Amino acid sequence: MREFDYRCAHDVPGALALLDGDPEARFLGGGTNLVDLMKTGVERPARLVDVRELPLDRIEPTADGGLRIGATVTNSDLAAHPEVRRRYPALTQAVLAGASGQLRNMATVGGNLLQRTRCGYFADITKPCNKRVPGSGCPAVEGEHHNHAVLGASEHCVATHPSDMGVALAAFDAVVSYATPDGPGELPFGDFYLPVGDTPHRETALPPGALITGVTLPAVPVAARSRYRKVRERASYAFAIGSVAAALDVRDGVVHDVRLAFGAVASRPWRARTAERALTGAPADAGTFAAAADAELAAARPLPHNAYKVTLMRNLVVAELTRLTEEASR
Amino acid sequence: MTTAPTARQGAVGTAHTRVEGRDKVTGAARYAAEIPFPGLAHGWLVLSTVARGRIRALDTAPVLAMPGVRTVLHHGNAPQVATDYPGLMGGKPDPTAAVFQHDRVPHPGWPVALVVAETPEQAREAAEALVVHYEQEPHDVVFTADHPRARPTGGFGPAVTEKGDLEAELAASAAVVDAEYTTPEEYHNPMEPHGATARWEDGRLEVVDSNQGTMWVAGELANLFSLDPSAVRVRSEHVGGGFGSKGVRAHQVAAVMAATVLRRPVRVVMTRRQMFSLAGYRSPTAQRIRLGADADGRLRALEHRSLSLTSTVHEFNESASAPSRVMYDADAHHTVNSVVRLDVGTPTWMRAPGEAPGSFALESALDELAEKLGVDPIDLRLRNEPERGPVSGLPFAGRNLSACFREGARRFGWADRDPRPGVRRDGRWLLGTGTAAASFPAGAGPSTAAVTAEADGSFTVRINAADIGTGARTALTLVAADALDVVPDRVRVRIGDSDFGPAMIAGGSTGTRSWSWAIRLAAAELRERLAPDVRVPPEGVTVRSDTTAALGALTQRERHSYGAQFAEVAVDPATGEVRVRRMLGVFAAGRIVNPLTARGQLTGGMVWGISMALHEEGVRDRATGGHYGADLASYHVAAHADVPAVEAHWVDDHDPDDPVGIKGIGEVGIVGAAAAVANAVWHATGVRHRHLPIRPDRVLLAGAPDA
Repeated sequence: MREFDYRCAHDVPGALALLDGDPEARFLGGGTNLVDLMKTGVERPARLVDVRELPLDRIEPTADGGLRIGATVTNSDLAAHPEVRRRYPALTQAVLAGASGQLRNMATVGGNLLQRTRCGYFADITKPCNKRVPGSGCPAVEGEHHNHAVLGASEHCVATHPSDMGVALAAFDAVVSYATPDGPGELPFGDFYLPVGDTPHRETALPPGALITGVTLPAVPVAARSRYRKVRERASYAFAIGSVAAALDVRDGVVHDVRLAFGAVASRPWRARTAERALTGAPADAGTFAAAADAELAAARPLPHNAYKVTLMRNLVVAELTRLTEEASR
Repeated sequence: MTTAPTARQGAVGTAHTRVEGRDKVTGAARYAAEIPFPGLAHGWLVLSTVARGRIRALDTAPVLAMPGVRTVLHHGNAPQVATDYPGLMGGKPDPTAAVFQHDRVPHPGWPVALVVAETPEQAREAAEALVVHYEQEPHDVVFTADHPRARPTGGFGPAVTEKGDLEAELAASAAVVDAEYTTPEEYHNPMEPHGATARWEDGRLEVVDSNQGTMWVAGELANLFSLDPSAVRVRSEHVGGGFGSKGVRAHQVAAVMAATVLRRPVRVVMTRRQMFSLAGYRSPTAQRIRLGADADGRLRALEHRSLSLTSTVHEFNESASAPSRVMYDADAHHTVNSVVRLDVGTPTWMRAPGEAPGSFALESALDELAEKLGVDPIDLRLRNEPERGPVSGLPFAGRNLSACFREGARRFGWADRDPRPGVRRDGRWLLGTGTAAASFPAGAGPSTAAVTAEADGSFTVRINAADIGTGARTALTLVAADALDVVPDRVRVRIGDSDFGPAMIAGGSTGTRSWSWAIRLAAAELRERLAPDVRVPPEGVTVRSDTTAALGALTQRERHSYGAQFAEVAVDPATGEVRVRRMLGVFAAGRIVNPLTARGQLTGGMVWGISMALHEEGVRDRATGGHYGADLASYHVAAHADVPAVEAHWVDDHDPDDPVGIKGIGEVGIVGAAAAVANAVWHATGVRHRHLPIRPDRVLLAGAPDA
């Protein structure tokens, strides 16, 4: 393990100054992913800038009826917040579906967005990986890929994004705020993660050296009737093999508004806009739900051992939209 | 003191918390890699990244110049060791532990160097910086049921057992099951990684280690380094799990080499990832079972063929047909254990070797036969209770399987079960129940013990036992207290030190039985020596025992522990999720010494059975031959949420020929557990799953029931 400097920042300008744009320096949030990666040699930072002490640990209402979530809010506090539970229940459910109580007490919102894939080739420095060593190849395509991507991947990388929280944020059109030495900036969630293409090592649109300062959720009335469902190989403490964040507003038997996002199927939380378009204005029944899922999954390009994910996601969409329809009619 | 019976209630059979429990939960108990030594240096193993080939060169110069680095040991400079001595089981030992003796790389993760530095961080950084050049050769790591190099091979028992005309009996049967079952590579993953510290002290080699038998490791080290056995001392006071993986391994040998070269104490600890390559594992198995039965369920034919793998450097045979050689007889009875050598690490004993994977296949096939015959699965088993060992012909010394099934069926509520599959629903879940039988041999190994009456009226027992988390130290305290007719507080049991003399290892569910025997022999003689008016001198009175003769005099019998496993599962057919709702096991395992820790042993085995059924799978990357996901984030075992209600009970189990009455409980708990879960999945869904683990993708893609 490489020896590293550790510095603790107390305000945002101080954090940016301590990082100093150094490509060998990293911001440290809860450390629930970065420290693991340092132990395995995937990350070898020369300097860690601890941002846990920054005054970014608040969840506050915004003027237009949304919520602004500070970057250092822990997963536990986010999930427990009364306004999050009331207005975005799928977000609470998603966060609580992830990791363990101990990890959620440490992990931060900003760090969650920047966590790395759990692909076993990425995690093993003795094996090739285009995400870790650009140009070295992607052994998953021909090798082990039971839990790899079926949507939006490329021949260069088929890794999935592991976040549960991010799936709900994708469904609810979150906006990521960041700070740089040149001033603040914002990225809509849909633009935050970059397409895989032939540059799987470039994961986000954040400028180099930028610090995530928070996530803003707009007012999304339909989100009050939302669910997150995670399918995993064991009952707890496992990453998803497929997940869905769904919000549904049915009026007179017709879909008035819908939000749908998938987890564990792509390099990023996958907003299912094709399915949303197919659902909006259509009758709220199982046939519509299945057809909408099929429309979204028509773009799936499964590998030999992960084709089950297409069936799984279709079943999940139908099950969760059906459940939301039933709940609304009660 | 008197030998006459007293009114005092015996300690054996009553629940006692661990005698070292307080030390463990307060952190006062130190594990091998935590014990400080002055002048300690730290070694870090470098493992091969290629699956097969030769080491062409190691760029050691830049690494030797790194901060704190003291040496780099490899095949070009390491001390020579001997490898042609008889090992623990009589054959040649696994040369995987004899590190740095040649330039060949026979499998991925083969140790190629040890970097020693002042701190573990320096050693790790330098080890990861060491560039090794290989001449790579093609490798074969793919295990298949029809591998052309597979050969019948003896292991635990003969390669082949055969009686009767199999084809004729199958042809005459009213119902036949012919099915193939597979189990994947499985890894022990004890919570405490393997770690050892070696040092020379006054011409004597001292090793502080975490192992399942200090005499075993001391003997191997004496042989490897051509030392007099008295010149090696190995201690292992607390062990955070072993499960078969903690014998002699690369880390102890590398530590001794480095301590010898550097003339200072050296510690080597494995990382979790290294354990996947260096600590052994359970071979995958491919098993074919053919059963033929009369309409009433009596078996006419039983064939159990098992294939497992081993490395190219050492033969280990998982012997998964073992349970068929004990559990059920048939007019035609054939069993075969085959092995194929691949370019992979040597597998080893892992909790219930042979029986764990073998019982999955056999007990699944019995369930399939029960389905075909329309006979209750418990009735089918009870109708096939053999009079004598199906292969050995020996009488059984107590075979309490039927008592386990009766008691288990009563507690589980089996009588109300609707045998039809796929008809019970709870919301999105399909529900089902399943059962399976379990057995594991009850053996013992020669052991010595020393029991001392101290001048202060207390007693000290010295026995080279190993408490690998089982509660053995506490169990032996209770056994000694009863044998000495005193309360347990007056007995101090010291274990885990090769200077205490030979004793059985903690393995094969034989430890407590073997050690208790030796303690009882010594205690009985001590009580005779301590007449009521004998004054104990300051140095105490010590009696030593050796059970070798007593063991040899034991009547030859089929001696086993038995169990009946029950499981209820929920399956979501839309997602493929399988969750165990409850599990119940009833066991006949001899005299239960400490019900508190015994229950933990049995339920621990059952929980492992859940993991085996649903989660555990070592995945190999074909291109490199190495592991994929060699960590506990990827290699799943049951989490708490996967283990909602697990109960273990036992029935009276008495062997009149056996002076100790204790059988092993370490392994029987896992046997049959995976089959019970798999049989419950069939009952829930109507689909048979013959390949472990029963992953969501397998359930999802299995779709509708078999035609």
